Amino acid sequence: METLTKTNRRDFLKLGLTAGGGLMLGFNWNSASALSMEAMSAETLAANVDFNSYLSISPEDVITIFSPNPELGQNIKTSFPMIVAEELDADWKKVKVVQANLDSKKYERQLTGGSGAVPHSWERLRKAGATARHMLVEAAAKRWKVSSEKLTASTGYVIHPYGQKLTYGELATEAAQIPVPTEVKLKDRKDFKIIGQAIHNVDNHEMVTGKPLYGLDFYRDGMLFAMIQRPAQFGMKLKSVDSAAAKAMQGIVDVVTFKNNVAVVGKSTWEVSKARKALKIEYEKEGDIESTSDHDRIFKELLNSKEATVRRQDGDVTAAFKSAAQVISREYQCPFLSHSPMEPMNFFAHVREDGVELVGPSQTPDMARNATATLLGIAPDKITLELTRLGGGFGRRLKADYVLEAAELSSLIKAPVKVTWTREDDMMGGSYRPAVRYRFEAALDAKGNMVGYKLRGVGINAGNPTREDNFPSGAVENLLIDSVEHKSPITTGAWRAPITNFLAFAEQAFLDEVALVAKKDPVQFRLELLEKAKQSPTGAIKYDIDRMVGVIKLAVEKSGWGQKKNLAQGFSVYFSHRSYVAQVAEIEMKNKMPVLKKMYAAADCGIVINQSGARQQVMGGMVDGLGHALYGQLTFKDGAAEQKNFNNYRLIRYNEVPDVEVHFVDNGIDPTGLGEPALPPTGGAVANAIFKATGKRLYNQPFMKQEEMKGVTLGEKM
Amino acid sequence: MASYSINVNGKTQQVDVLPDTPLLWVLRDSLGLVGTKFGCGIAQCGACTVHLNGTAVRSCSMPVSAIGDKKITTIEGLSEKGDHPVQQAWQEIDVPQCGYCQAGQIMSASALLAKNPKPTEEQISAAMNGNICRCGTYHRIKEAVVLASTKMK
Repeated sequence: METLTKTNRRDFLKLGLTAGGGLMLGFNWNSASALSMEAMSAETLAANVDFNSYLSISPEDVITIFSPNPELGQNIKTSFPMIVAEELDADWKKVKVVQANLDSKKYERQLTGGSGAVPHSWERLRKAGATARHMLVEAAAKRWKVSSEKLTASTGYVIHPYGQKLTYGELATEAAQIPVPTEVKLKDRKDFKIIGQAIHNVDNHEMVTGKPLYGLDFYRDGMLFAMIQRPAQFGMKLKSVDSAAAKAMQGIVDVVTFKNNVAVVGKSTWEVSKARKALKIEYEKEGDIESTSDHDRIFKELLNSKEATVRRQDGDVTAAFKSAAQVISREYQCPFLSHSPMEPMNFFAHVREDGVELVGPSQTPDMARNATATLLGIAPDKITLELTRLGGGFGRRLKADYVLEAAELSSLIKAPVKVTWTREDDMMGGSYRPAVRYRFEAALDAKGNMVGYKLRGVGINAGNPTREDNFPSGAVENLLIDSVEHKSPITTGAWRAPITNFLAFAEQAFLDEVALVAKKDPVQFRLELLEKAKQSPTGAIKYDIDRMVGVIKLAVEKSGWGQKKNLAQGFSVYFSHRSYVAQVAEIEMKNKMPVLKKMYAAADCGIVINQSGARQQVMGGMVDGLGHALYGQLTFKDGAAEQKNFNNYRLIRYNEVPDVEVHFVDNGIDPTGLGEPALPPTGGAVANAIFKATGKRLYNQPFMKQEEMKGVTLGEKM
Repeated sequence: MASYSINVNGKTQQVDVLPDTPLLWVLRDSLGLVGTKFGCGIAQCGACTVHLNGTAVRSCSMPVSAIGDKKITTIEGLSEKGDHPVQQAWQEIDVPQCGYCQAGQIMSASALLAKNPKPTEEQISAAMNGNICRCGTYHRIKEAVVLASTKMK
């Protein structure tokens, strides 16, 4: 059955012709003038019919689909256009995808974060395609003088019942004269031809041939290069600068000081990086100077603090723990992490009298522009922001600090400038995943039922480090979840799957241990809790019990849970960012050493848009989760990060990943996001498998730095 | 400043740079060959990998003054049409996510296969272990190297 959906009035406020004679449909995704035009000739442009902000069709039958959201490896630049092309019934081979620049009149939520792009845009992208398809079919009906009901659209053609065909390009100009429909039919998913296929990344050829795609690849004649020296220690501020030696060096144009920054400006990257080393800078204390040893002490104090923010309270935990047959209490701790996208931070800025030009990689271009407007005291519409491809983000590029620096520097030197961060700048520059410590407590009755549950989360600039409404909330009658935050000069930020990137491990490792005490199979234990949440829920339940059970059962089936005699299996399941992922890790003992052989993932993200991109998103998320659980650690000494580059900040490498098998639940619900949800469960599955194999429980990350893992390598697989 | 004559992708190029300028920045800032990426600057991540007389080297840690008449190949010069077997395999397996490290990965893989067209898993591992992929595309990199080895003439 087809879905009939009313077009939202807000999406279709006005209708008019563009300067080029094309069609313009009202608000946000429909104003048409600012297509990313460099790529097209003037003639093509004039003749292009812009159906809406996402779609333009030329008389030569080039279907141009604009992808507004920043692309950082989540594959949105391929999946968004697939959705439009599906409802358009386009020929994917004729689709040309163009990255749209920042345009808040045309696009809503033009950002990358929270695994939210596809869930947010799913319906409007479908309508963008379906509306245009409708108009093309009506145009053909008019030309052939037949009822549009007799016509079909397929793979880029409108087809007459007698077999004649017209390409979309041939119909585009006439379609522009057709009234925009107030209702459009969306396809039933059984009729999908593009969605659900394995469509390859639209930028593959450019990427494998080294074309300029990223912010750091942006060069312009007359552009200056800059590096900025920032305080190495959090809690220090700039006191004095002696830049005489740096200024005298080859290729140096200027040294400029602003805020706590000393910027060296010159004619090439290497020259400014050399001159920066010749700066003589003094800093003075501004706030607390903290070390990791301080944080360990602070965590202990906060875990016992009487003043905590209550996040959720059900029943009477005090009574439940008093009358419990058994109480289990465990603590888990994680370090700070650097985001470390492969492309270091950078941005180009040119602040002129009449406006500002910004070019570079940002997850939040709209926020970056508005912050720049505030900083420079100008109107946001005086600023253009061209989005390059992002060489990774992981949350680091949600912040606009590096954009603002470039803009401020350009305004001071009155010249176009690209600011480049080194790896050391990036690793020492803040915005880390916050360090957090948790205490979990469970009260079991005599039958092994979990009747009480407590979680306290304490963190360094971590905000609320709990997800109080997540499982097992709702399944336990007596529950208390609270948190305490320590404010620190060490800056933190959202790091892929914020909070849950560690919380999921801690919770899933704890539940594994509780199940053991309760003498239950870890999977059965979780299923019983979910059944209880379904039959007799306590308080609000903000996760979908059936979807969680669905991924658990799929993971059990695909991994052969509990049926492999020679392998130690560890289980984990987690809900984050609207999606559900269960994982099983398998460890084999070889020469008395645990070897991580394989991992299974069962994911429910609703309808899978792109089988290839989605599969890699899950595999990559698991590699990310595994690598940071095993190795990731940023420590501080006197306010400065002790790891400054990949020589001692260890990222997972080629030979350290196990085989991964990915399965998706096929339930046909609207897409719910996949950029993050595969990461959180990984650490728990691996830790639980390590316990099964070795009898050793892991409580802290990174695993490989713990006493329990001394001498262990987990094996080299690839 | 000093003047150097270097052979890049079959062409002799004159550059005026400081003698200790890493080849990476000569390629990017002086010659506009930006396919070779800056990742760490200390030869730990492999994003800057190029071929020097056919051997994979980290261009971020190789001063231009040490190049002499050795032949440099960058990702832009690996093939004329972007159809080197490794480039083909990378596309067929749909390897890249963010893509930033992939030029370096391809240069490491192509240097391996040029010398050893049928490498063992261990040999692939040894050749690829110096290239970090932060997105975690290692499984597909492995598949693509194996596929490329079947395409090598």
